[in-house]
Amino acid sequence: MIDFHLDRGSGVSTYLQLVQQVKQALRLGTLRPGDQLPTAREVVELLAINPNTVLKAYRELEREGLVVGRPGMGTFVERSIGGATLADHTRLRASLSAWVRQAREAGLADEDLHALFGAVVREVAA
Amino acid sequence: MIEVTGLRVRGRLRDCSLHVPAGRVAALVGPNGAGKTTLLHTVVGLITPDRGTVRATGDIAFVAQDKPLYDSFTVAETLTLGRRLNRRWDQRLATARLAELGIPLDRRVGRLSGGQQAQVALTLALARRPDQLVLDEPLANLDPLARHEVMRSLMSAVAETGMGVMISSHVVSDLVDTCDWLVVLNAGRVQVSGDIEDLLAGHRMMTGPPELTLTATVVGGSRTEREQSWLVRGAPVADPRWRTRAVGLDDLVMAYLRSPEAAALPRLTGVQA
Repeated sequence: MIDFHLDRGSGVSTYLQLVQQVKQALRLGTLRPGDQLPTAREVVELLAINPNTVLKAYRELEREGLVVGRPGMGTFVERSIGGATLADHTRLRASLSAWVRQAREAGLADEDLHALFGAVVREVAA
Repeated sequence: MIEVTGLRVRGRLRDCSLHVPAGRVAALVGPNGAGKTTLLHTVVGLITPDRGTVRATGDIAFVAQDKPLYDSFTVAETLTLGRRLNRRWDQRLATARLAELGIPLDRRVGRLSGGQQAQVALTLALARRPDQLVLDEPLANLDPLARHEVMRSLMSAVAETGMGVMISSHVVSDLVDTCDWLVVLNAGRVQVSGDIEDLLAGHRMMTGPPELTLTATVVGGSRTEREQSWLVRGAPVADPRWRTRAVGLDDLVMAYLRSPEAAALPRLTGVQA
């Protein structure tokens, strides 16, 4: 299940925030193929937004082949994003947690952490 | 669908035309005295215009600004009144909705909070199962939490029924994320009418040094000794000395209200939004 939330000061449009949150959940494995997305009404009840915004986000996800709408039944996850399995995710998350703890012990602030992580991602990719 | 053509009400509305497609949640905004209530009253047939026509598809339910409730009635008696006064009436919807909101049926209306009274008034309108709901300042005099709750339950009803809504307010922030169509009314004239996403995508804020000349359709803005800043309509200006940022609903509404001669009426004039 996915818990949508809105960052109202972010400047990112509401529909795009919903799209990004579904993708994030697919990457992290909290949403998996076959899972049902909340109905437009459920999202509206939670966030007090226009139902057309939810439907627009779901249409976008459907266009990208990530979810599929089944009339009268709901919207379901069609495929995940990223190659890693759930087991891989769990393992990588544990080692990353250990790394973050070490970095904090070494006196790095959150900003330093993000900067270092970003730099290494770029370095390794190149 | 609501379509208004060449509407004139002496002293209140001047040549108002607008078209809101079916199933839209339209925000009618403008300063006090702009003619919002007159426009809504004309749409629902309470006022006969001096000139012009109004077309609306299906059944319209209207909630007036001074909530039409009797303080001495209980909530249950209020529902009975609604049932007797309306041919189309869904009692089950009304009671289920009030139960969900935790509003006791045996409570006198006068003893409910402002937010609960607004919810009762909204419930009366929804129980008529309208195709189009017209609400005049439903959030006035409510605290922020109650405003959020009213909009939340309204959006939920829209999700369930697909009905169209037109809602007037002078607080734009209440309408962000809930409305998808914008109508700006200023001094009796329709200044803006259009899809909110299209409108936001079609305008931008441009800031640059004071000596630059801007070749764009300017809605409004300001100039100081050090910099000038304009809300413009249309494609971005390529000159890199201008900084460009996206506009919010507040920016857009304020810029138009401050420039009464500007207008964005894509459907009527064919102007590229």
